[in-house]
Amino acid sequence: MKDDTNGIPRTVPIQSATFSNPVNAEIRRAAATGIYDIRGGGAKRKLPHFDDLLFLGASISRYPLEGYREKCETSVTLGTRFAKNPIQLDIPITIAGMSFGALSGPAKEALGRGATLAGTSTTTGDGGMTDEERGHSDKLVYQYLPSRYGMNPDDLRRADAIEIVVGQGAKPGGGGMLLGQKISDRVAEMRNLPKGIDQRSACRHPDWTGPDDLEIKILELREITGWRVPIYIKVGGARPYFDTTLAVKAGADVVVLDGMQGGTAATQDVFIEHVGQPIIACIREAVRALQDLGMHREVQLVVSGGIRTGADVAKAMAMGADAVAIGTAALIALGDNDPKWEAEYNALGTTAGAYDDWHEGNDPAGITTQDPDLMARLDPVEGGRRLNNYLKVMTLEAQTIARACGKNHLHNLEPEDLCAVTLEAAAMAKIPLAGTNWYPGCEKE
Amino acid sequence: MQTIDLQDTGLRSLNQMLHDQAETTNQTVWEIDNPKGAHAIACGLDAPIEVVVKGSTGYYCAGMNKEATVRIKGSAGPGVAENMMSGSVIIDGDASQYAGATGHGGLLVIKGNASSRCGISMKGIDIVVHGNIGHMSAFMAQSGNLVVCGDAGEALGDSLYEARLFVRGSVKSLGADCVEKEMRPEHLEILRDLLERGECNAKAEEFRRYGSARKLYNFNIDNAY
Ligand SMILES: Cc1cc2nc3c(=O)[nH]c(=O)nc-3n(C[C@H](O)[C@H](O)[C@H](O)COP(=O)(O)O)c2cc1C
Repeated sequence: MKDDTNGIPRTVPIQSATFSNPVNAEIRRAAATGIYDIRGGGAKRKLPHFDDLLFLGASISRYPLEGYREKCETSVTLGTRFAKNPIQLDIPITIAGMSFGALSGPAKEALGRGATLAGTSTTTGDGGMTDEERGHSDKLVYQYLPSRYGMNPDDLRRADAIEIVVGQGAKPGGGGMLLGQKISDRVAEMRNLPKGIDQRSACRHPDWTGPDDLEIKILELREITGWRVPIYIKVGGARPYFDTTLAVKAGADVVVLDGMQGGTAATQDVFIEHVGQPIIACIREAVRALQDLGMHREVQLVVSGGIRTGADVAKAMAMGADAVAIGTAALIALGDNDPKWEAEYNALGTTAGAYDDWHEGNDPAGITTQDPDLMARLDPVEGGRRLNNYLKVMTLEAQTIARACGKNHLHNLEPEDLCAVTLEAAAMAKIPLAGTNWYPGCEKE
Repeated sequence: MQTIDLQDTGLRSLNQMLHDQAETTNQTVWEIDNPKGAHAIACGLDAPIEVVVKGSTGYYCAGMNKEATVRIKGSAGPGVAENMMSGSVIIDGDASQYAGATGHGGLLVIKGNASSRCGISMKGIDIVVHGNIGHMSAFMAQSGNLVVCGDAGEALGDSLYEARLFVRGSVKSLGADCVEKEMRPEHLEILRDLLERGECNAKAEEFRRYGSARKLYNFNIDNAY
C-alpha cells in the first residue's frame, strides 16, 4: 500500500491490540454458533513461568559435584504420613491423571509402560481404571473424582494410591466434559451412560462439601483400603496456602498442586485462560502452608502445570516440591502434535503445535481419540519407549543442574539456588531478582 | 451370631473383621452395638453377610457395599450406602444428605425420610424411600430407580440421565430437563417389584413417573440453562 495520496502522507491501518484478529474471529464464531469455545490443553497466553527463574550454579562458596561420577540421587517416597505402603519412585517425575475416554486405551497403556520403565507412577482419570492401564503400570494412582465414573471398591483396592481430585489447574471450580463423539461403547459402559451423548462430569463431589466432610471421606477410603495406600488430594492453583492447609488438616498424605498452565482434555477456553494462578505463584505458598504446619516433607507436595524439561523439574523442586507431574508433555512425547501429521492437521483447520481440539476425537496422532483406525496409529510399546526416553532425559537434566549446584540429591535443591529474571517471577516465586537481594512483595512493613 | 461392641472394639478392628469374611464364611450374622453415630461403619464389605447396626450411624455407613445386607436400627448420617455395588442397606429411621450417592447397584431402603441429594449421581442403584426426600435429589442420576412414597423437594432430577424416578406425593419442583412421563405397564411392573423388595405396601398405581427429557444430552444453545 502506498503511504501517500497525491503527496499527502496517510494514516497507516493499525490493528487494535485489544480487538486483535483472533479476538474478532472469536466474536464472529460466537455470534455464528452461540456456544463457547471448548478445547483441550492448557493456558496458551504467556505467563510468568519457570523460564523466568535461573539457577546460580556453583562458586567459591558452593562446590559442584562431578557430572556422571558423583552420585546425585533422584528417588522419592510419596505417602509416608499414614499409609502402610508409601509409593517409592526412582524419579520425581510422575504421570498426571488423564482419563480413559479422553485418551485411547493404547495411549493409556503407553503411559503405563513408559512410567514403569522409568520407575515412576501413572494415574487413572475421569472414567475409571482399565485393565490395560493397571496391567502395564507398576505403580498406579487411582483418581477419586466428582463424577465417580467407574468407581468401585475392587479397583480402589488394586490401586497403589488414591488421588481425591478437588480441582485441576486448567479449570479450578469446573467439571469435566467428554463430548458425544468420543463416547464409544466401551467408554459408555464404563461410565454407565448411553453412547454418543455429551458427558458432563460434576464440578463438586456428590457426597461431601468442605474440609470437615473431606476428613471423614478420607477416613472411609482408608477403612475400605485397610489404611494400606497413600491418599493424595489434588487441587487447582487457586488458593494454594489455604487449600494445602485444609488438605493436610483433612488427613492427606500427599498434596498435588496443579497450576493454571496445566492441560485438560476439554474445557471452555474462557476457563483455561482466565481462572487460576500460574504454577510458580503457587508452589512457595503451598510450601509455606506445609512449613507452618510443620509438615514439609512429611506430607509430600507434587506440582504440575506446564512442566517440560529437567530444568522445570529442578526449579519446582528447588522451590520445595517433592515431585512433579506431567500431562501435556507426556502426550507430546507419545507423538501428540507431531509435525509428521501436518497435512492432516491442516485438513482439520489447524497446524502441528496448535492442535487442541482433543475433545473432538479426530486426533491424527491417535492419542486423544476413540476412533479405532486413528487409535491404531499409536503403538503402545513404542510409545512407552519414547516416554521412558523422555523421562530419562528430564531426570538427567535435573541431575545436571543439581550437581552444578553441589547437590547429591534433587531434594537438596533449595530456593537459595535460584534467582529470577523478571520482577513478576521474583514476586510470585519469592525468589530474589537477579543481581539484587530484593524479594519484591516480601519487604517488611 | 457375632456381637461386637463398637466402643470396645474400635472402628478399624470392626471393619477389618468384616472385611476378612470370605464368600464362604459361616459367620454370616453380625450385630454391632453402640454405634453412637460413628463414621464409616461397615464400609467396603464384600461378602454375603448380614450386619445389624443397633443404633444410629454417622457418615458413609455401608459405603461401597458389595453383597452384604446392612440393617441400621436407627437413623443414618450423610452418604449412607454411597457408591453401593450390590447387596442391600435398610434403614429403619431417617437418612441424611446424599443417601445412596453414585450407587452402582443393590437396594437401599429408607423407612423414614431422606434429606437433600438423595440418589445424587446414582448409577444403577435402586432406592426406596418410605417418607419424603429433600431438594436436588437424583441430581445427574444416570441409571437405576428412585421410589419416593412421600413428597419430593425442589429441583427433583436436575440434569437427569436415564434413571427412573417414581413419586407418590407432590413434587415441589422439577430440575432442569426432568419431566413427568407416562407410566406404562412395564413401569408399573418394575415399581411393584421395588415396593415389594423395599418392604413397602404402597400401591404402584398411586405413583407418577419422572425421567429425562433428554434435551441436554448433546449441547444445543436453545436448551442451555
Ligand atoms: C488429555 C488430558 C486429560 C486429563 N484428564 C484429567 C483427569 O481425568 N483428571 C484430572 O485430575 N486431571 C486431568 N488432566 C490434568 C492432568 O492431570 C494434569 O493436571 C495436567 O495435565 C498437568 O499439566 P501439564 O499438562 O501442563 O503437564 C488431564 C490433562 C490432559 C492433558
